[in-house]
Amino acid sequence: MWNLANPTRFLSIADRIIPWLAGLTFLLLGIGLYLAFFVAPPDYQQGETVKIMFVHVPCAWLAMFGYTLIAIASIGSLVWRHPLADVAAKTAAPIGATFTFVALVTGSLWGKPMWGTYWVWDARLTSMLVLFLLYLGLIALWQSIEEPGRAGRAAAILAIVGFINVPIIHFSVNWWNTLHQPASIFRAGGPTIDPSLLTPLFVMAAGFTLLFVLLHLLAMRAEILRRRVHALRQMHVERAAAA
Amino acid sequence: MPDLGPHAAFIWAAYGVTLVAVAALVLFIVTDDRHQRRLLAELERQGVTRRSAKTATAKTSTVKPAASAKPKPASAKAPRARKPKA
Repeated sequence: MWNLANPTRFLSIADRIIPWLAGLTFLLLGIGLYLAFFVAPPDYQQGETVKIMFVHVPCAWLAMFGYTLIAIASIGSLVWRHPLADVAAKTAAPIGATFTFVALVTGSLWGKPMWGTYWVWDARLTSMLVLFLLYLGLIALWQSIEEPGRAGRAAAILAIVGFINVPIIHFSVNWWNTLHQPASIFRAGGPTIDPSLLTPLFVMAAGFTLLFVLLHLLAMRAEILRRRVHALRQMHVERAAAA
Repeated sequence: MPDLGPHAAFIWAAYGVTLVAVAALVLFIVTDDRHQRRLLAELERQGVTRRSAKTATAKTSTVKPAASAKPKPASAKAPRARKPKA
């Protein structure tokens, strides 16, 4: 585990994994899209609009997963001061923000034909919007402080404090009245969705999860290289000044 | 293509937004990755490398060390004498 946490070792492992991961991601998303459009039947109440679920639900899951990842990495960054934890937290933010944005927009597009409105200020939708704003806040914080160490520490504190929003999002449909349906997949009595719709959903969710991991590895690799370039330039300037 | 019913526009819009957002994210990350690789390669071409990279090169290099390099004291290199087994 500690070997993996070494940036050079991480780069070598990432270089080997990335092509395989890319292939598997395309394959799963391709199968998922085929199942969604050509195999999954229309829902008895929602008709064909249920197809929006195959992108909306995985993106909403990954929006929360991304923030959880940032919070865990932030603890690693604050407690052990490990540069890879800081890199992992920083690079997950734009990916999580994109998935949150997609979840919000696709949810809105699903809401209009089903609820008769694009948006309501209820607990689930508002807490998801807060999550998106938290992501933007983290990105802005990292961009506004030049020194990566200081930026990382400030962002880590914001990320950990903001994590309180993740359980609020998850339980909002149980705690408050909302137009959004309650949990229908991960619940005590098992999923309430028919397997003919559940299978494409899980395949798409697996594909999107691999896409998240793939993009995160790529972004982490780019960030490690950026820090190396920064350090080398600084070293070059110092050497030139000393000569 | 399957018939998506009266709400087809909403379904296509949802998939379209997903495609555009994910494609933009992929493009941004891949471009950044390539850009950083190019910058690093350029610096290495100019001879600006990390200490660890130099050490790795020196370990594999057959070139003799520079004359200014201090030789290690003999005592540091000498292996410890083992106690004879009883």
